[in-house]
Amino acid sequence: MTTPSLSSLIMAPVNAVMRIIDAPLRRLQKATGIGGMAAFFLAPNMLIFGIFVLLPLVINFVYSMTGGTAFFLSERDFIGGAQYSRLFECQNYLDPMSCQEDAFWTAVGNTFWFVLIQVTLMILTALITALILNRELAARSFWRAVFFFPVLLSPVVVGLIWKWILQRQGLLNFGLYQFGMEPYTWLTDRTWTFAATIGVSIWAHMGFYALIILAGLQAIPKDLYEAAEMDGTKPARVFWRITLPLLAPNLLVVVVLALIKSVQVFDEIYVLTGGGPGTSTLFLTQYIYETGFASALRNPGLAAAASILMGGVLVVLTLIQLGIGKRGENKGKR
Amino acid sequence: MGKVARFILRRKGGQGWHWTDIVTWFWLVGGLIIMFGPAIWLAFSSFKTPAALAEFPPSILPYVTSQATVEGYDKPLMLYDAKMPDGSTRVLAEVRRIGLVAQMVDPKAPGEIVKVNINDRSPVRTMSFATNNYTEPFVHFDFLRYLWNSVFVTVVATLITLVVNSMAAFALSKYEFKGRSLAMLVILATLMVPLSVIMVPLYSIISTLGLFNSLWGVILPTVATPTGVFILRQYMLTIPDELLDAARMDKASEWQIYWRIVLPLTAPALAVLAIFSVVWRWNDFLWPLIVLSRRELYTLQVGLSIYSGELNVQWHFILAMTVVTMIPVVLVFIFLQRFITTGIAGTGLK
Repeated sequence: MTTPSLSSLIMAPVNAVMRIIDAPLRRLQKATGIGGMAAFFLAPNMLIFGIFVLLPLVINFVYSMTGGTAFFLSERDFIGGAQYSRLFECQNYLDPMSCQEDAFWTAVGNTFWFVLIQVTLMILTALITALILNRELAARSFWRAVFFFPVLLSPVVVGLIWKWILQRQGLLNFGLYQFGMEPYTWLTDRTWTFAATIGVSIWAHMGFYALIILAGLQAIPKDLYEAAEMDGTKPARVFWRITLPLLAPNLLVVVVLALIKSVQVFDEIYVLTGGGPGTSTLFLTQYIYETGFASALRNPGLAAAASILMGGVLVVLTLIQLGIGKRGENKGKR
Repeated sequence: MGKVARFILRRKGGQGWHWTDIVTWFWLVGGLIIMFGPAIWLAFSSFKTPAALAEFPPSILPYVTSQATVEGYDKPLMLYDAKMPDGSTRVLAEVRRIGLVAQMVDPKAPGEIVKVNINDRSPVRTMSFATNNYTEPFVHFDFLRYLWNSVFVTVVATLITLVVNSMAAFALSKYEFKGRSLAMLVILATLMVPLSVIMVPLYSIISTLGLFNSLWGVILPTVATPTGVFILRQYMLTIPDELLDAARMDKASEWQIYWRIVLPLTAPALAVLAIFSVVWRWNDFLWPLIVLSRRELYTLQVGLSIYSGELNVQWHFILAMTVVTMIPVVLVFIFLQRFITTGIAGTGLK
C-alpha cells in the first residue's frame, strides 16, 4: 500500500470540486456547442476587464465633464468642458504660478524634467550594464541577478530604504563625514531632493531595462562578431557599426517603455518625499491622487480631466511602441 | 586564495588585461555594493535601539552602551572603561558629570567615588540585537493584522489570476470563433490603461459594488492581467491540437480537457505567472491606499507608508517592519529569480 503524497492530498478536494462543476458544464456544452464553450472560458476575464478597465475608461470622460465632490455619477452636475478650461487657464504656461491650477502645471513641469533626465540616465546605465553583462564573465547569471535585485523590491520598501539613507544621521552623511564634510539634510533641499528622486528611481528600475537590452544583445548573431574579429576590427568600431545598429529597434522599444513608466512615477517617490519639500517633487500621478482623493478640497472631476490628459500622452507613447514593434517584426520576416 | 583570485582574474585565451576589463570589474563590484548595500544597511539598522539609531556617526553593527544597576542608585548607570592615573583600566559606572570631570563608582564597591577626566573614559559597548523592534509592532500595533491582510490579498489574487487568465488563454489559443481577434485587441488595449489613468472612475465603481474598504476591492480589479493571458497563451499554442481531439473522441468535456489536459501541460508557464503575480500583489501600493481607509484593513505596504509618514516617526519599528515586508521578495529573489529574469527577457513585460 502506498501513502498518498502531499500534492495528491491537496488536489483531492480541488478535483472533487472540478468534477461537480463538470456536470452543469457538460449540459452547457450540449446546449451551446464547442464554440459556446470558448465564450464561457473567455467570460470571466472579459467581465473583469469590462468592469474594472473599460467601463472606468468610458466613465472617466463623463467624470471629467462633471463637477462637485460627490463620487456617484448620479449626484454630479454636468458642467461640460469647465474642468479642462480650468486646467488650461493660464497666463504663461511656463510659469505655473500664473495658472489657476498651479499645482497641475507644477506637476507637469516636474514630470517633464523628471522623465527627460531619468529616462536618459537610466537607459544609458542600463545599456552599459547590459554590454558588461554580455561579455565573457565568470558567474554571469549571478551578476545579472545583482542588478535585478532592486526591481523586485516594493516601491514602499525602496522609498523607506532611501529615506533612511538620506536622512540626517544616514549613511550618505556618514560617508561624507568620513571625508571630513558636514552632514546635510538632503531631503529638505529642493534641488537635492529632486536629484534624489531621479537617482532612486534609476536604482529601482534600471535592472529591468538592462535585462531587456541584454536579451537584445544576445539576439545579435555571433558570426557577425567573429567576422569582425577576423578582419581585425577595433572594438569601438564593432560597437558603433554592429552592436548599436542591430540593437537600435530593441533599444527604441525599451526607451518608449521607460518613458511610459516614468510619466506615471508615483509610489516610491511619494513614500520618499511625499511630493516635498514644498511642491518640488510633486508629479502628475500624485497630483491626480491628491486632487481626487486626499486633499480637503477634493475634486474628482478635475482629477479625471487631468488623468485623461495623462492617458492621452501614454496612448501616443504606446502607439509609437507598437509601431516600432511591428516594424521590427516585418523586418525580421523579410 | 591565490587560486580563487587567478580563477576570477583569468582571461579567455590567456590574453592580457585591457582597459575594458578594469571598467567591467569596477562596474560589477560597484553595482554589487550599490544594489545590495542599501538594503543590507537597512537590515543592520533594524536591529538597533532607538538610542543607537540617533547616533552620529553611526556604527554598522548594532551596539548598545552597557548599563549596570548599582547599589544606592535608583537609575541604571552607564558603564565606562576608565583609564586610571597608574595606567590600568577599570570598568566604572558614571554617577554624574561636572564639567570635564566625571564622578564614577566601581559597581562592585559603590562606596567610593572616583573622579576621572572625561577624556580618559570610553563607554563599554556590547553588540545586542534589539529584537523587540520586531516583536512590538506585532504585539502592540496592528502589524500582524497588516501581514495577514497582505498574505490574504497576495494568495487569493494569485489563485484567481491563475484560473481566470488560464481560462482566457485556453479560449484564445485552442478555439476558432467569431470575435477572437476583437477579444485579443481588448486585452492588448488594457495594457495601455494603467491605474493612474482610471483611478477616479475605478474608485466609484468599487464603491458602487460595495467593495470600498474591503480586501476584495483590492483583489478583483487586479486579477485579469493582459501579461498573464499572453504568457499562458504563448505556451498553450505549443500544445498539439491532436491531443485535445483524442480526448474529445474519448467523450471528454471541454472543461475536462481544460482541467485535466491543458492545465497540467501549462504548469511551467503557470509557475512563472504565479511568481510574477505574488511579487506584483505583495508590492501593490497605490490602489490599496485608495481602497482601504480603515486601519485594520491596511496591507503591509499601506500600513508601513502611513506609519512612516507620521510626525514622530518611530524609525526602529519602521525599519524592522520594512525588513519583514522585504522577506518574501528576497526569498523569491534567492530561489526563483531565474524564472522571472528569463520570463522578462522572453516577453519584455513586467
